Amino acid sequence: MNPHTRHLRGLTIATAVTITAALALVFFYAPLDVNQGFVQKIFYVHVPLAIVSLCGYVLGGIFAIGYLRTGRRVWDMRSYCAIHMALIFSIGGIISGSIWAKASWGHWWVWSEPTLVSYLIVILLFATYQPLRFSIEDPERQARYAAVFAVVGAAFVPLNFIAVRLSTAFVHPRVLNLEGGALPGSMKLVFYISLLGIALLFATLMKYEMAAKTMRIETRRLRRRLLGDDAVRPLGRSAAPS
Amino acid sequence: MTLIASAPALPLHTAGPYVAAAYIVFLAVILIYVAIMAQRLVRNQRELAQLRRELEERDRTAGGAVPAGSAESSEREVTHQL
Repeated sequence: MNPHTRHLRGLTIATAVTITAALALVFFYAPLDVNQGFVQKIFYVHVPLAIVSLCGYVLGGIFAIGYLRTGRRVWDMRSYCAIHMALIFSIGGIISGSIWAKASWGHWWVWSEPTLVSYLIVILLFATYQPLRFSIEDPERQARYAAVFAVVGAAFVPLNFIAVRLSTAFVHPRVLNLEGGALPGSMKLVFYISLLGIALLFATLMKYEMAAKTMRIETRRLRRRLLGDDAVRPLGRSAAPS
Repeated sequence: MTLIASAPALPLHTAGPYVAAAYIVFLAVILIYVAIMAQRLVRNQRELAQLRRELEERDRTAGGAVPAGSAESSEREVTHQL
């Protein structure tokens, strides 16, 4: 049995239930924001997407450390999948944020806003991860270089976050902090459920991605067995761990 | 800060499309990704099933003999790939 498909059904159901509950709570339970009104509902999808994507990059770095320590390719695959999923979530986060900015500030993008720009820098940094892998054909070197990149990139994420937090000239609202934040209880509950839903979605999709990769490896193994060692074409130029 | 403070709350008919757009983007990104992955999985599953059939057929006709080095090299590949 593919180890990556273990608990996949349960995880998928939990994700679907949590996301549905979160959406219902967002639109039927969470109160309207006094300042922003209905448009503040974007908060419940934009912020969890941004948080989970940033955590995904850090997770990719942690998995990469696992690869560098053990040399086992499964860690490289985990690191690749985490960064791959984080990039997809980042796209959702940045587009939803842009829509919110247009509704709230009247601009799709504000270059003077450190949070936006720093998030964009992180995305652009990790957008080079796949081309980096793609440019290296030797699987060993590919995995090693990608792991080093992922570790450095992951270290950059909290550093970036702290730098932005220390900045004073921001317009981005600060609703979460160690003292409990500025959100009222009902909004906070909905936010945490949304965050949990998005985090579960990340975990589910990552597991599916890994199951697909494992199946592809199995396909290649069988083809190799069927055709014999000599008849197998060399590894294709692919950004994915192979 | 001043930008947010000066921006008044949008009325529902103006805010509605923005909120809908944000949630549609979220769902669209996820659905597109899931659709691409499902397509890939189905293709891969079909290919895998066909390969298994071909292997079984070949093993049956060859009396269960496996080409020298094949199984061993397969193991080696898996170890190398993971």
